[in-house]
Amino acid sequence: MPRLTPALLLGLVLLGAVLLAAAVPDWLAPYDPLAFDFTALSAAPSAAHPFGTDQFGRDILSRTLHAARIDLQIALFCMVFPLLIGGLIGLLVGWYGGWIDAVFGRLVDLVVTFPFLVLVIFFVAVLGPGLVNVYIAVACVGWVPYAKLMRAEVLVQRQSDYVAAGRVLGYAMPRILLRHILPNACRPVLVYAVTDMALAILLGSSLGYLGLGAQPPTAEWGVLIADGKNFFTTAPWISLFPGVAIVLAGIGFSLTGDGLADLLAVKK
Amino acid sequence: MTALLTTTDLAMRFPGRHGLTDLLRGIPRPVVRALDGVSLDVRPGETLGIVGESGCGKSTLARCLVGLHRPNAGAVRYQGTDIATLRGSARQAFHRQVQMVFQDPYGSLNPLMSVGASLAEALAVHRIVPPADIPRRVQDLLDRVHLPATAANRYPHEFSGGQRQRIGIARALAVEPKIIVADEPVSALDVSVQAQIVNLLQELQTSLGLTLVFITHDLRLVRHLTHRVAVMYLGRIVELGPTEDVFASARHPYTQALLRAVPRLVPGQRSRDVAVRGELPSPLAPPPGCAFHPRCQRAEPDCAATVPALALREGHWPVACLQADRAIAHSSTIATSTPSV
Repeated sequence: MPRLTPALLLGLVLLGAVLLAAAVPDWLAPYDPLAFDFTALSAAPSAAHPFGTDQFGRDILSRTLHAARIDLQIALFCMVFPLLIGGLIGLLVGWYGGWIDAVFGRLVDLVVTFPFLVLVIFFVAVLGPGLVNVYIAVACVGWVPYAKLMRAEVLVQRQSDYVAAGRVLGYAMPRILLRHILPNACRPVLVYAVTDMALAILLGSSLGYLGLGAQPPTAEWGVLIADGKNFFTTAPWISLFPGVAIVLAGIGFSLTGDGLADLLAVKK
Repeated sequence: MTALLTTTDLAMRFPGRHGLTDLLRGIPRPVVRALDGVSLDVRPGETLGIVGESGCGKSTLARCLVGLHRPNAGAVRYQGTDIATLRGSARQAFHRQVQMVFQDPYGSLNPLMSVGASLAEALAVHRIVPPADIPRRVQDLLDRVHLPATAANRYPHEFSGGQRQRIGIARALAVEPKIIVADEPVSALDVSVQAQIVNLLQELQTSLGLTLVFITHDLRLVRHLTHRVAVMYLGRIVELGPTEDVFASARHPYTQALLRAVPRLVPGQRSRDVAVRGELPSPLAPPPGCAFHPRCQRAEPDCAATVPALALREGHWPVACLQADRAIAHSSTIATSTPSV
């Protein structure tokens, strides 16, 4: 049984830092993230402003810390809704098979034909920018990998003898599906979900950068990077530190997901 | 004696692979005939053995008997009622009375449920005992299969193959069945553990008055455990008789060949005879007439033309061989050299 590997530990530490920032940004941030300071416009990192300030004199450290809450919310919702929808679809498709499976296969082909981001942008463009519409768009597109994973795992589990034993014992179908197959089939899906949150943060930031996600003046890492893009040659810190935050949060989720996969794989 | 469980002309076909090009060329979809007209009866209190090579349809028959497969033709009747027509509480009642023990002790238990939880679930779903009495009944069941009481809180991966098979038996016993269909319950186990499980099944049969359908490819186990034996070949029963008599004077050439193939424990008596010529034909394309005729040493031209029915044919138990009368004459050589367990 592998213990806490250094990689998993690092992942958990990074994730813990993001969670802490999201939980109590007011305690950690030295300034109000929306407060203008006209005495320090686009100021370079200093003792007063460790990450510098933007063109309106807003403190980058404070904005980066406050953004953690929004980005974590994006990561969570961009994972949870596809997980629930895709998991349910995969469970039913894997169990019933037949023509339902055939229809599912064609639908999946249709969705994966387009790049993920392009489809999401398409949906957001139709629905209008904003975080709620981002969640709807991601739920419409992002369920596919979850459903595929769940279906494959259900196909394996439904062949197993313990499922046959349940049927011989006369257990009702919902009991077999939810109490026996689902707990055994959801492990790879849950591991994928943690790793997927890293991608969700990137996605949320990308959409924020493009102006389709969180709207200014909300502090969100993608929005912060977009804020600084016109000043990158003169005040690179405006974009740099939120970018570092994205990278660290992404690494945190990835390492934690990998570590969890290793931990869970052994017990099987 | 009225039969508890009967099958009549049971047929089970599984579709084979059929690609798009086959479809366009008009090639008909290949069909595996796992069961092809199986009729047999399971009598109360007996142990019925079902033997045959891999791929002869033994497991398919077992799964039809417990209602896991719905046969394409024919019927499985429990106490006279076709189980395919059972719905709701009647079907629950059937499942309560006909249970199964599986071949693979590693796959037949839910790895995420403790042993106690697995047993308790069966007890609760069928309301065998009031909820308050469930923990005590779980202990009784574990005791009955000779597992320690502490096993209830442990998980399947903490047990050996033989212990898991005991758990599987305890789970089948939880609902107080009349019949247990055991599908190769010991073939995945070490020989020493096999004996323990076989003895346990025998002990339970005596103490609980169970009816046992024991599916195996091990003739020694059949002889040790069963009252009657059905010999299967390519989805059909070729011989069905009292175990003692079949072992003493098998009537079907295939049964005779199987008995010759049993390894002897006495080194000097090691047989150099080839038990059966050739390979088991593909069930996708079974030979015409008697499916055994290409491998049979006594085949006559009519064997390739007529499918022999399972009938008495002037003997004491039914056999599916056109040459059965002639076969009796040869069987005396086998009677002297039957193996001991």
